[in-house]
Amino acid sequence: MMGEEFVSLSLTPLLIGVFAAIACALPGNFLLLRRQALIGDAISHVVLPGIVVAFLVTGYVSAWPMMLGAAAASLLAVGLIELIKRLGRIEPGAAMGVTFTAMFAGGVLLLEQTDTSAVHLDVEHALYGNLESLIWLDATGWRSVLDPQALAGVPDELPRIFLTLLAVIAFMRLFWRPLKIATFDTGFAQSVGARPTAMGLALVVVAAVAAVAAFDAVGSIIVIAMFICPPAAARLMTNRLERQITWSVVFATVSAVLGYVLAGYGPLWLGADHAVSAAGMIATVSGIILAMAALCAPQRMRSGAPAN
Amino acid sequence: MNLKLASDLGTPPTEDLSGVPLAVRGMTVSYGQKPAVFSVDMTIQNGSMSAIIGPNGAGKSTLLKAALGVIKPLAGRVSVYGKPLKSQHHRIAYVPQRASVDWDFPTRVIDVVLMGLYRELGLLRRVRTSHMETAMACLDRVGMTDFAERQIGQLSGGQQQRVFLARALAQGADLYLLDEPFAGVDAATEKAIIAVLKSLKDDGKTVVAVHHDLATVSDYFDQVFLINTRKVAEGPVATTFTAENLNAAYGGRLATAQIDRLAVSAL
Repeated sequence: MMGEEFVSLSLTPLLIGVFAAIACALPGNFLLLRRQALIGDAISHVVLPGIVVAFLVTGYVSAWPMMLGAAAASLLAVGLIELIKRLGRIEPGAAMGVTFTAMFAGGVLLLEQTDTSAVHLDVEHALYGNLESLIWLDATGWRSVLDPQALAGVPDELPRIFLTLLAVIAFMRLFWRPLKIATFDTGFAQSVGARPTAMGLALVVVAAVAAVAAFDAVGSIIVIAMFICPPAAARLMTNRLERQITWSVVFATVSAVLGYVLAGYGPLWLGADHAVSAAGMIATVSGIILAMAALCAPQRMRSGAPAN
Repeated sequence: MNLKLASDLGTPPTEDLSGVPLAVRGMTVSYGQKPAVFSVDMTIQNGSMSAIIGPNGAGKSTLLKAALGVIKPLAGRVSVYGKPLKSQHHRIAYVPQRASVDWDFPTRVIDVVLMGLYRELGLLRRVRTSHMETAMACLDRVGMTDFAERQIGQLSGGQQQRVFLARALAQGADLYLLDEPFAGVDAATEKAIIAVLKSLKDDGKTVVAVHHDLATVSDYFDQVFLINTRKVAEGPVATTFTAENLNAAYGGRLATAQIDRLAVSAL
């Protein structure tokens, strides 16, 4: 498994899976603490109509217009959520739920009405992505990692998600303090000029960018799972935000690697003929990690409410 | 009620407010149809200890938050030492209501106090020994050094309030604005907090607190601001904390006997 075949068939999907998982888990930590975890779910659903509209406008399947369409749809969704929350005077969770189901449904209808059957664009693809197909045909073994010619043949998704991950890390590093202060205490953040409103919006935009880039590579199931499961499990491991972030990266990585391997080889070990969806398995593993953390992590018994 | 009128008062102030820590003019805030604070003027004297008092829902906290820019008013101007609020963040320390934050947040006491150094640390500057010493000194002033490494969720209400005060001290500000600093704290904490606030005043700082315990107003404060959506009165406790003003602010909500006992005029 570690030889030539591994590099060309498994290395790129593995890396893409890991990068996508981490890119979503990082902002997920703050979304979770701000009780906005559902926004990752919302964004990853509204990406579908964005992509379909981008396809209808441009007429061909190409990554950049689709990512732009998806990003625009995410921002529209964020705006709509705010609007519904204010005008409808309902709680944020309900506003998110209404927005993303409505927009996702709209995307499904659009897909059905338009002739996208010729191209690889369908609901299933949107949900599960196509991780297994992101293979590196030009690779002939580990030496290809240093071979510029072979490197030119890596799937586009890999550099795209890698750059997205770097951007997410840069954002989190640069705005760490105001993000933390604004998340803990909005009023205080405002009073020291840490601009909590701008921080909140920037966080959602970064989450949307991560979701769109990850969606493009791995589908929305992983995106939804990675926004919530690794950060939620990490919160149960420690009482310090810095360590929580580290734990969430560890859990995201473990989910991606273990999920990918189990999807590819697990069924064979059990005697089945076919591998299962890597995206589905990665999301499942992250869920199992969260379940285990809920049962045995050190901080699961902490008192949530202020002790009086 | 025509709220539009209030926003038409946008002429620049002609009065000289350079020595005034906090001046609010024509402040109107509304959460829905009815204003929570209506056309309020407030002038905080330099070096004073001021209490903002009024019945529940009178707009005390709202006034404070609007003065800080934490919530957006419909109308009104704020001047801090004669300058716009935006340029004066470094001179203000704000202590929000303890219950307004999630104490389950994954962080330690010392990290919360270090948040008070945000203006100094900025985005990327490293926390140095000197910063840690400042933070520890502030914890010492509120008697919380032993709790520095504690997760904030493990603190009692009084301890949480002390940590918030330590964070404000770390800011090294000239004007301290506190929202109900004595709400739900034990007697020892109340004593400790008032001692710190009085030492701030002795250092020439200005302290403003939203306060709800009328029985302690004349012990703790020298200035008082009475509000019930509109301003009722402001001035020295000795001349302003009167039965008449309390009646006007609280209406029938305080028994006459109570007011007579509390108000300075009855002493």
